[in-house]
Amino acid sequence: MKIPERILLAHGAGGRLSHELIEGVFLPAFSNPELESLDDAAILPELPPGRLAMTTDGHVVDPPTYPGGDLGSLSVNGTVNDLVMVGADPLYLSWALILEEGLEGEKLRQHVESARRAAEEAGVTIVAGDTKTVPRGRGDGIYAVSAGIGVVPEGRRVSDRRIEAGDAILLTGTAADHGATIMALRHGLEGPGLHSDCAPLNHLIGELWKGGIDIHAMHDPTRGGIATTCNEAASRSSLRFLLSAQAIPIAPGVYAVCEILGLDELYLASEGRALIFLPGNQSEAALEILHAHPQGRDAASIGVVLPAEAGHAPVELETLSGSLRPLDMLSGMDLPRIC
Amino acid sequence: MRTRDPFSDSEAVRGLAREIAREAEELEARLTIMEVCGSHTHAIARAGLRSLLPEKIRLISGPGCPVCVTPVDWLDHAIALVERGDVILSSFGDLMRVPSSRRTLEEIRSEGAPVEILYSPRDALKLARSRPEKKIVFLAVGFETTAPTIAAALVEAEAEGLENFLILPGNKTMPEPMRLIAGDPEIAVDAFLLPGHVSVITGSDAFEFLARDYGLPGIVAGFAPTDVLRAVLEIIAQGKHGEAKIVNAYGRVVTREGNQAARKILDEVFVASPARWRGLGEIPASGLDLRPELAHRNAALLPVELPEPIEPPGCRCGEVLKGMIDPPECPLFGAPCIPERPVGACMVSSEGSCAAWYRHERWRNMESGR
Repeated sequence: MKIPERILLAHGAGGRLSHELIEGVFLPAFSNPELESLDDAAILPELPPGRLAMTTDGHVVDPPTYPGGDLGSLSVNGTVNDLVMVGADPLYLSWALILEEGLEGEKLRQHVESARRAAEEAGVTIVAGDTKTVPRGRGDGIYAVSAGIGVVPEGRRVSDRRIEAGDAILLTGTAADHGATIMALRHGLEGPGLHSDCAPLNHLIGELWKGGIDIHAMHDPTRGGIATTCNEAASRSSLRFLLSAQAIPIAPGVYAVCEILGLDELYLASEGRALIFLPGNQSEAALEILHAHPQGRDAASIGVVLPAEAGHAPVELETLSGSLRPLDMLSGMDLPRIC
Repeated sequence: MRTRDPFSDSEAVRGLAREIAREAEELEARLTIMEVCGSHTHAIARAGLRSLLPEKIRLISGPGCPVCVTPVDWLDHAIALVERGDVILSSFGDLMRVPSSRRTLEEIRSEGAPVEILYSPRDALKLARSRPEKKIVFLAVGFETTAPTIAAALVEAEAEGLENFLILPGNKTMPEPMRLIAGDPEIAVDAFLLPGHVSVITGSDAFEFLARDYGLPGIVAGFAPTDVLRAVLEIIAQGKHGEAKIVNAYGRVVTREGNQAARKILDEVFVASPARWRGLGEIPASGLDLRPELAHRNAALLPVELPEPIEPPGCRCGEVLKGMIDPPECPLFGAPCIPERPVGACMVSSEGSCAAWYRHERWRNMESGR
């Protein structure tokens, strides 16, 4: 079946062209019995024991393709990671696209291929999908909406309410790679050493579960970065988090982009990293496990959880100068500074 | 793992902080140092330097944040321009949330008005080339640091005959408001932390008048924590010896004469003019207006209907900009004025005194005022 040269409005109208798109692009990529039935909904095989977890996510990244990934892989990995962050093993995804009239068919194929590879890498099955089209000028090329379900096996309890004073805060790799890469591309600053960290986290985190680490809470610091994610967790747990600037791993290219554009790396997104809260005495064992996995080579203990204290912000950074700097939530969009 | 920056080195910073504490003990009175560069405000807050300094050293922020000193009616003018229908506004991101008499640029954009956020005035040239049917008006704010890039864009547009590129002149220059502050008996500033970036263009000689005419020390400083602390140390030393000198402590980029090429292009395009500063009023020779021969690029000359300007009631940005009060002393600080919904301009940019204080200092039970 031929891939269309450009997407037409009719590709999303449910008629013959929609079917050609399904048969020519989607089915070859995501072949599995649940999807191939092409019924109105997928009927899933019996799930493993445990509590069911479900999540959904919209993706509107601009530019849609960047070093280290694209909208296809981002939408699959983002949904997989949301499930992993609550302790679930991700199993099934749905994946819907909103395409702008005129999008090149080859670009669509590339995003679909990336999604396929990401799903394969994560070991999840895409069992349902949909495509809609919008007139030229009413969209940004391609948007994706994904949903996922997974199962939390017996014995895993991951919640901000379990964070306690004395916990260590680990970051599984360098911070802000995804956000810095996107911002750099938008301003014509791409260069070697800058690429998105977009990746599924289930295998890396699975190693920690296998190693018997009692993960109290986990978050992927996506929008708003480490600072905002920590603020959300701190407010839910009513504790104080103290992070160390010295300990937070930052790739030199990311640091440079932030300096040039006046951005704060602690507020930029990662798409393949986890912030992990665990008992302080398990920190070393966890780091050993993380370092042994290719995705966790740069993992570091970046902070500690303390009791709340008057006169201190819920999240503080010990700066390279040794002073304490409160880390607030991200305020509005991170606008570039003038000078 | 992180790129080691010798100017932020923890040991160096702590060592300087200890030295300052020791030296400050011998000071007879509290020393108030004003920084007049938004990047200093941002750097001081971000590095948490206030927490490292002794009681006797008080750092206050002056009118050094370009968006904070942009008056309400200038923004009204920008909004009126877009209402003409033939104008696309292009702006630095910081201006988007600055309150005008009625709405912000961010709000009018959400209602469909064409407002583009750009990093560089040259991006506005690109926009002008791609949209020949519209007038592309660049909102020209910023000090000596930003003005040369705007001048260069104007020169480029002239050479190319790109007729639809205009600016709304709003650039300001630094020495004059400092003269006003230095001479104002109500504002008790003992010394200035001089703006490092501005000095790259103007040269450190531009600030000699502070020592000569007002007997105030001034240190041209960079933006790393060690730069700022070294400047504080120098000011204490001058204070102890009763001296008042202008010292260039940012010699790695600042010269006495400044950047001649940048000054030349500024002269080609702009002419010094009186300018209104939010909170400070009109100051002679503190603005950059377009030369008459570039009148065809001056969007301020396009016919528009301007509303009566309305200053936000209760806002004490003016006193904050003059260093007369610390941000928490304003009744609007924290509620309702917050970075997400600023009432006054000082809460908008991360370089604004109020926004920097809100983000970095509001948790500390800092004693404020004098």
